[in-house]
Amino acid sequence: MTTAAEAPRPSRRPRSGMDANPVLRWLRANLFSSIPSSIITLLLLALFVKMIASFAQWGTWDAVWTVPGNDTSACRAARGIGACWAVIPEKYRFILFGTYPYDQQWRPALATLLFIALFYVSCLRRFWRRELVLIWAVMLSLIGLLMWGGVPGLPFVSQERWGGLPVTLILATFGLAFGFPLGILVALGRGSKLPAIRSLCVLYVELIRGVPLISLLFMASVMFPLFMPDGVNIDKLLRAQIAVVLYAGAYLAEVVRGGLQAVPRGQHEAADALGLSYWQKHRLIILPQAIRHVIPPLVNTFIAFFKDTSLVLIIGIFDLLTTAKTAIIDPAWQAFSVEVYIFVAVIYFAFCFAMSRYSRHLEAQGRRGT
Amino acid sequence: MRFSLQNEQFRGLLWQIAVVAIAVAVVAWLWSNAVHNLSVRRISTGFAFLGREAGMPIVDTWLAYTPKDTYLRAFMVGIVNTLRIAVIGIVLATIVGTLVGIARLSSNWLLSRLAAIYVEVLRDIPPLLQLLFWYVLMQGLPLARTAWTPIDGVFISNRGLIVPSIPLDGGQLWVIGSAVLGFVLFYMLRRRLIALQIHDGRPCRSWPYGLLLVIAAPALLSWLLGVTWTVTLPELRGFNFVGGWTFAPEYFALLIALVTYTSAFIAEIVRSGIQAVPRGQWDAAVALGLRRSFVLKQIVLPQALRVIIPPMTSQYLNLTKNSSLAVAIGYQDIVSIANTTLNQTGQAIESIALIMAVFLTISLGISLFMNWYNAHIALVER
Repeated sequence: MTTAAEAPRPSRRPRSGMDANPVLRWLRANLFSSIPSSIITLLLLALFVKMIASFAQWGTWDAVWTVPGNDTSACRAARGIGACWAVIPEKYRFILFGTYPYDQQWRPALATLLFIALFYVSCLRRFWRRELVLIWAVMLSLIGLLMWGGVPGLPFVSQERWGGLPVTLILATFGLAFGFPLGILVALGRGSKLPAIRSLCVLYVELIRGVPLISLLFMASVMFPLFMPDGVNIDKLLRAQIAVVLYAGAYLAEVVRGGLQAVPRGQHEAADALGLSYWQKHRLIILPQAIRHVIPPLVNTFIAFFKDTSLVLIIGIFDLLTTAKTAIIDPAWQAFSVEVYIFVAVIYFAFCFAMSRYSRHLEAQGRRGT
Repeated sequence: MRFSLQNEQFRGLLWQIAVVAIAVAVVAWLWSNAVHNLSVRRISTGFAFLGREAGMPIVDTWLAYTPKDTYLRAFMVGIVNTLRIAVIGIVLATIVGTLVGIARLSSNWLLSRLAAIYVEVLRDIPPLLQLLFWYVLMQGLPLARTAWTPIDGVFISNRGLIVPSIPLDGGQLWVIGSAVLGFVLFYMLRRRLIALQIHDGRPCRSWPYGLLLVIAAPALLSWLLGVTWTVTLPELRGFNFVGGWTFAPEYFALLIALVTYTSAFIAEIVRSGIQAVPRGQWDAAVALGLRRSFVLKQIVLPQALRVIIPPMTSQYLNLTKNSSLAVAIGYQDIVSIANTTLNQTGQAIESIALIMAVFLTISLGISLFMNWYNAHIALVER
């Protein structure tokens, strides 16, 4: 097997003519450097071309792009041969925004844009300061106002009607916004000298990390009502949100703990020598350094949450994946779930890929020491 | 100790008392609410319900089970189902992930680009979505009547994969057990022989012993015990297959989704592990005139393992926890069975406590094993 770009390649004798052409030289160096390598290249090429060709044929030439009304007979005829992309224009409003009142759907659309703007601003280095917390608070309340409404001009829409992409974004973002302070507190508690507080924090983190998110969500949906006094009824979305926050808190606590451990002891000692209190010391000296250390893993954790919010499907909350699954319950379109799943996968991929690119960019910057 | 707020020890004590008091108060409040609510709903707490008849059908099982069995038995079936997806998933994900990780570092441009695409695409799509996708594809397989038969006795249809079975009773199990034992003995012997070779430099072939222990001895035992090995071919009767071993489509969809998703992460871990091995190790090995595959296997990977094992452990734990996604497609793992139990009996606290206990035990088991392995391969320094 040809492995490891790291391995030094044996130097080749210069051959005039062949090596003069940069394209040929590149091909020879990267695709046909040895006989096994050439065999792998040809095999992969054959396989890849065949797969791409059949996928392209299914996805474009043989696909059905539009159908008149709800009449899917053209799609049915092409079943197994070509994709039925007609399902997307028919259902995309439902997939993206769920059962939100149709004429009001500009509101979740705007909320989604606000979320994206919020993420974008948070990624810019010059906004990494205390005011960012304020920006988050303002933006999240604005999004809440937009989704709920209840002020003149914006009729009230209850959470039961929310759905699709905004719900996914809400679960992930609010999970982070509330899980992060919780995580910081727990991380501090875990590193504390006080045994009772430390063991409580360890218990919390290990219990949550030891079980699947699904069991926490089940807990939120079936056990939570049991734990509440009579007459107190908390909305299903909020219950799921609480489960996501608790889950996020445990994982973020571990990330922050890593950052805390990376802060040199001298910083603690210097802060103590200045006579700062415990909270002053952490707020002003330790945490700003610790969090800067762990921004790339924080982004990775956020990507994980973003994907994990899809699990709320199992307790019947209308996030992006659930609306997609519901959209194809419609008998006329039932057979075309693959197309819908691909559509949703592209949306998830776009968000996660952008974030993972950003995280890699940060890591590269960190290595350069900027 | 001075009882003043200026005293650090005293303040620490106050903090601890306050936090513990709040925690105890919250738990007590939740508990009293739960006790009240349960008594209103006439649900008795405790694990007595485990002895009652479950009455839930379980389709895909390795343990003998009928709906007349108890809840306890149903839970056992669920645990076995979780373990069989987790263990096989971990093994396959490790193999696929390692290959993809190595491919990503290949000097062949096409291979490394394709591996990178594999990693990027699979990592950035939620596992549940991937699972649903594979499950839909499985349902698109031909019906049982028109099943696809690559070789005689093997059927691939929307009922899953059906292969010929070999009935396993006492005798056969003894023979298989002796083969496993032979393998363990062979492994230990081989290590001993290698140690001897390192000691006195004389090469000693180990494979004849392997042949003897793993193949010949069990065969002899089989002949002595007079064990018969019959193969039952599955056949289509009516709408379903009779005989043979069935692997349900749910199981396969879950296995494929977990393996592809986790292998993308494992590939990245393997890649960074290999890159963490200093370049001088490659150079030195190549200077000795060793082949590249040999260098990778004998020199680089053992060193990379030290970097790879700790993050790999958390991927194994993730795979095990993600196996609970099974509930979305109706593969009956422990979470799915506990959920059905919960709906049938209303024993919410007990069911969820059982899920947690099972997963904490599995997680602890994996962690312990990986820590042991990590200590085993750790660099022994002076």
